[in-house]
Amino acid sequence: MQNLPSILSPDFGLLFWMLLAFLVVFFLMAKFGFPVITNMVEERKNFIDESLKSAREANEKLANIKVESEAILNEARKQQATILKEAMATRDQIVSEAREKAQTEGQKLLEEAKAQISVEKENALRDIRSTVAELSVQIAEKVVRRELKKDGEQEELIQRMLDEVLASK
Amino acid sequence: MNIQKRLHPVCLLLLATFLCVLPLSANNHAAEGEEKLDVKEVVLGHMSDTYDWHITTWNGHHVSIPLPIIVKGETSGWHVFSSSRLAHGESYKGFYIDSERGGKIYEKIAGQDEPIRPWDISITKNVVQIWIVVFLMLFIFIGSARWYRRRTCEDDAPKGFVGLVEMFVMMVNDDVIKPSIGEKNYRPYAPYLMTCFFFIFLSNLLGLLPIFPGGANVTGNITITFFLAFCTLLAINLFGNREYWKEIFWPEVPTWLKVPVPMMPVIEFFGIFTKPFALMVRLFANIMGGHAIILSFTCVIFICGKMGGAISSLSGVSFLLMIFMNCLELLVAFIQAYVFTILSAVFIGLAHPEHHKG
Repeated sequence: MQNLPSILSPDFGLLFWMLLAFLVVFFLMAKFGFPVITNMVEERKNFIDESLKSAREANEKLANIKVESEAILNEARKQQATILKEAMATRDQIVSEAREKAQTEGQKLLEEAKAQISVEKENALRDIRSTVAELSVQIAEKVVRRELKKDGEQEELIQRMLDEVLASK
Repeated sequence: MNIQKRLHPVCLLLLATFLCVLPLSANNHAAEGEEKLDVKEVVLGHMSDTYDWHITTWNGHHVSIPLPIIVKGETSGWHVFSSSRLAHGESYKGFYIDSERGGKIYEKIAGQDEPIRPWDISITKNVVQIWIVVFLMLFIFIGSARWYRRRTCEDDAPKGFVGLVEMFVMMVNDDVIKPSIGEKNYRPYAPYLMTCFFFIFLSNLLGLLPIFPGGANVTGNITITFFLAFCTLLAINLFGNREYWKEIFWPEVPTWLKVPVPMMPVIEFFGIFTKPFALMVRLFANIMGGHAIILSFTCVIFICGKMGGAISSLSGVSFLLMIFMNCLELLVAFIQAYVFTILSAVFIGLAHPEHHKG
């Protein structure tokens, strides 16, 4: 043992110092060295994974949003078309109704006017007739005063003449 | 192992080189006498643990950094003094470095023939190297961890040095530890295994530096690899689950292999110790071998130098081979740290077998 080269013979002093040095470096490394680095790298890896995942999700959402907005736009367009159609129909209806109403109203007015006119005409004719009768009586009175004594005869004559006049007209 | 296969042709080449050189050098040195270069001494000397940090020899003077020696004498209690007091075989208070007994400190006690080995916890070259590695690790990893303290996971990933550290740490974590132990159980073991990995890796790299902040043969010292393997032994067995112990003492083999002679249990039980033992020897032998080869090539240059310029082309070849070996050792520095960690992780993973159904 004593004649072995020193690299081959275990040495207590060296073992003691190696133990001390290794324990020191091991505890310091295990507490402040390696875990700090490996944990950080692990956290970073998780962070990158999460980021990738959320980016993918965001992309998907974006694609969905595009499809959705397209659908909404289409819907809106469809609604617009129906609204327009309805509006047009309503307009047509209103116009036709108004026209009908106006027609009936006009008809009514016309008829009323006609009735009025006929009544007025009757009245006017009656007036004219009586006036004409009186005038003729007066004229005839003057013409035939002496010949016609009786009122009845006069009246008859006048009526006859009047009818003749009217017929000749 | 892969690397050992790769080392094989290199060893053959080395052997061939020495076969060429040795007869020549023997002839030459026989004439010169004293100026003999003892390759074995040089190589082993450079690889072993010493009480001072030898840097160079300049004009016959040894330039070295003296280191503190801490010993407990048999009767005189603890002593702390500089290693320069023991330089050149001097003795201080009865303590001296006995080069006959592996270059360790011995105490000569009056009235006793045999010197005795005192309790010795001196700050040797390897101890200093270990602490340099420790402070380097603290500087690198705590320094990098500080970068994270000021940030959240939503910030950018680190760049530059911190980015490199993160990449390296995550490589060990994700590619070595996690798949070997298994997703479920790896977390509590990861700091230990990573500390092991970076301790071995940095020690190996610093061991390849030829001058002061490095150059000590830490991971090529059996004490260090023993300690690391023992830690792995504890990590495997202290936290092994019931299934693991059942597989050791009552493995699923035909009953006659277990009763009355517990053949399989005994084999399995020895397996507990052979696994870390293999780890210990593998790391030690690889690093020690690498250092030995590089140092031997360096010695070839000096031997050639002693013999004069006649065979200087051999120096050139040796120089090229040395560079090649250094590059290879750079690779080995990583591979051995990797192998130690991955095998430790695999063994720990084996101590957490999934429950078999039925």
